[in-house]
Amino acid sequence: MSAFLTYLLNGLAVGSAIALIASGLVVIHRVTGVVNFAQGTFAVVAGLCTSSLLGLGVPHGVSEVAAVLAAALAGLLTGLAAVGRPGTSPLSSLIVTLGVGVLAYAVEIVLWGDQPRSAPGLAGSVTLAGARIQTQHLLVIGVAAAAFALLALFFGRTYLGKALTACASNPYAARVVGIDVRRMGLLAFALGGLLGGIAGVLVTPLRPISFDTDVTLIVNGFAAAVFGALTRPVVTLAGALLLGVAETMAAGYGYGAHQLEVALGLMLVVMIVQAGRRPAISQESA
Amino acid sequence: MIDVQDLVVSYGTATALEHVTLTVGKGEMVALLGPNGAGKSTLANTLAGLIRPASGTVRVGGRLALIPEGRQLFPDLTVADNLALGGWRSGQRDPSPVYELLPRLAELASRRAGVLSGGEQQMVAFGRAMMSRPDALVVDELSLGLAPAVTADLAAHLAELNRTQGLTVLLIEQNARLAFELCRRAYVLESGRVVTGGDSAELAGDPRVASAYLGGAIT
Repeated sequence: MSAFLTYLLNGLAVGSAIALIASGLVVIHRVTGVVNFAQGTFAVVAGLCTSSLLGLGVPHGVSEVAAVLAAALAGLLTGLAAVGRPGTSPLSSLIVTLGVGVLAYAVEIVLWGDQPRSAPGLAGSVTLAGARIQTQHLLVIGVAAAAFALLALFFGRTYLGKALTACASNPYAARVVGIDVRRMGLLAFALGGLLGGIAGVLVTPLRPISFDTDVTLIVNGFAAAVFGALTRPVVTLAGALLLGVAETMAAGYGYGAHQLEVALGLMLVVMIVQAGRRPAISQESA
Repeated sequence: MIDVQDLVVSYGTATALEHVTLTVGKGEMVALLGPNGAGKSTLANTLAGLIRPASGTVRVGGRLALIPEGRQLFPDLTVADNLALGGWRSGQRDPSPVYELLPRLAELASRRAGVLSGGEQQMVAFGRAMMSRPDALVVDELSLGLAPAVTADLAAHLAELNRTQGLTVLLIEQNARLAFELCRRAYVLESGRVVTGGDSAELAGDPRVASAYLGGAIT
């Protein structure tokens, strides 16, 4: 029983990290209609930055915040490349983000080399009802919960959040009322970079990060984001937690090599189900 | 108030508007008639600053708001949020002045705009445009797809705002009867050119206009 609880709690932590990656995908897609394939890159940039800054003797806290800001900057630059030119179609922008992701490999290898890097996080562990959980895992869960609460408040309650939603809901109408859709798109990319960066900073102490870790991160994040139809943050969170728990259980009960397959399988099932529902959705919005 | 001189707008190699000249005086209500594809919406979008002209000038004295063709609401947001975003330029976030003008919108405030009827959506689009506190309003196809009673109700509100607040209105319409009824003056746009314009009563009597837009002479 305590093993089950341990897997469950660890799974929730893994799911929370996935949720943060996915939330960045959702924010960007919600505002710009673009599926950002460079989302994993933001986490990698933040992870590698933290590792370097801590290595240089920059204190904890400052290193992590600086790394997250670096990821937000990476998000902004990706946004400039993907949606900076007015009139770029979401499909073209998607291809640009794919290109940015590949370009980022080269930049990361030049700056940090190709070996995985880690960074110390919160040490120690806590025992909850007989189940041991690392303090860093608890931190991941707490930060993800706070990030989702803040995102919900931002998009649901603030004027700027609603203007961002309006850009995705009807970009032409957004321009009619005077909203600068391009600038909102860039803001969404920066926010996506920030969220990816938070995920990267939190994950690096748990598993070493290298330039190509973005693939694992994006596959998991994408599975969760697709679960929420790339627009619904709460469903995305539920999907991410489910995925995290499923993967950790699979690993815990001896199928550790198949974690990625679990994510891909889930994504495939969800996409097939979504595809079946698509006609009804587009009829409703027409 | 709205002064368009020798305006040319092109999409790539295709020319949508060719040397269009028209004016709408302050507090005036003017109609623009024309068939589908004449360039009416292109003109509306150019006036709203969404399309850059190839040549010619567009001058608007004061703030201009556009009620776009097909309503163009934010379907996922509530009526109240749609209205609030209408105040993006003016900084006016509180929709209560618009609720006074269109009380029905207050009842619909918490409904999602996408689920409303066509007439209700047009009312939201109207209210959203008024949130920017415009001096001039460009209405692109007010009556499109709406029942006559609904159109008449919206038209009455428009005429009242024109009369009481001096709101300048350019009414872009395919429904010539409605346009001539509301506006003293009108222009006719065909294939990107203003082919005729003048007093509504005279235009209604012009056999060419009557046969093209009124389905025969007015009796």
